[in-house]
Amino acid sequence: MSLSDEEIFEKVQEVLEEALGVDDDEVTPEATIGEDLGAESIDYLDISFRLEKAFDIKIGESEMFDPNVLSNEEYAQDGVVTEAGIAALREKMPHADLDSFASDPQVDKLGDVFTVDMVCKFVKSKIS
Amino acid sequence: MRWLWLDRILELDKAKRCVAIRNVTAAEDVLHDHFAAGKTNDTHGFNGGPTGCAPGTEHPAYPVMPNSLIIEGYAQTAGILTGHANDFKEKVILAKIGKAQFTGVAAVPGTTIRHTAEITHLDDRGSSTKGTIELLDPADPSAEPKPLATIEMMFSHIDQNMQGLEFPEENFVFTDQFMDLLARSGVQ
Repeated sequence: MSLSDEEIFEKVQEVLEEALGVDDDEVTPEATIGEDLGAESIDYLDISFRLEKAFDIKIGESEMFDPNVLSNEEYAQDGVVTEAGIAALREKMPHADLDSFASDPQVDKLGDVFTVDMVCKFVKSKIS
Repeated sequence: MRWLWLDRILELDKAKRCVAIRNVTAAEDVLHDHFAAGKTNDTHGFNGGPTGCAPGTEHPAYPVMPNSLIIEGYAQTAGILTGHANDFKEKVILAKIGKAQFTGVAAVPGTTIRHTAEITHLDDRGSSTKGTIELLDPADPSAEPKPLATIEMMFSHIDQNMQGLEFPEENFVFTDQFMDLLARSGVQ
């Protein structure tokens, strides 16, 4: 499947509108899936199912977003992600922009990384 | 009372579609509180029943199946469909009601609710389903079923998705009452 960035964004936008019951003007590239669009844990599974259908791709468990990587003590200590943790996140989620998170790696801010733009980049990597 | 909101399964096409029915009967206690006779709200009146009632007047009893319980009937239909897809090895729980849109037709005693659920996605983690709920009227058996609701519902295989949590070995979701339902419907 060959799609332009704009086409990918439009389809992702549609998926998120349907999965989360939000309006298209709320689904901006910078919007975070959790905080801005209000996704709860089960919504991530719903989004994953809908992306698979919309783009005819297969998404493995925690492939798009894996907060559980931080349950490893080596990766997170006292609410802060360690350098090893940042490296693990970069490896597991190459589609995520972790640069700004890495400058202040609070565990509870990891959700800020999961933006609409990250979903688009993830889809792009899967279909290319 | 048993928490079984289906009477019979009419069709069960593995991992694709399930059709089940539930008869609405006046013997159900819940219907007599939903809605009991009484005085209408002073400002809004009472819209139940064939005619409705003006604010501040007495209205007769209007027994009708609550939509929340109709949704439970669909959840059991689609849950059985999801469980059957893996020969009931997974513990299937309702994870998300994506949509439940009712048209306003009332499920009154003496009618039959028909649930039709179809799987739109199924993998190790769970399923997505979409379906329709219709009302059949035995007083007019040749009439087309009346659309009651359209539904989208997701199910999770909890052993696969609840990281770090352990659940009992036995499948506490699909108990004997569901297996009996399948057996007497002839679709096991």
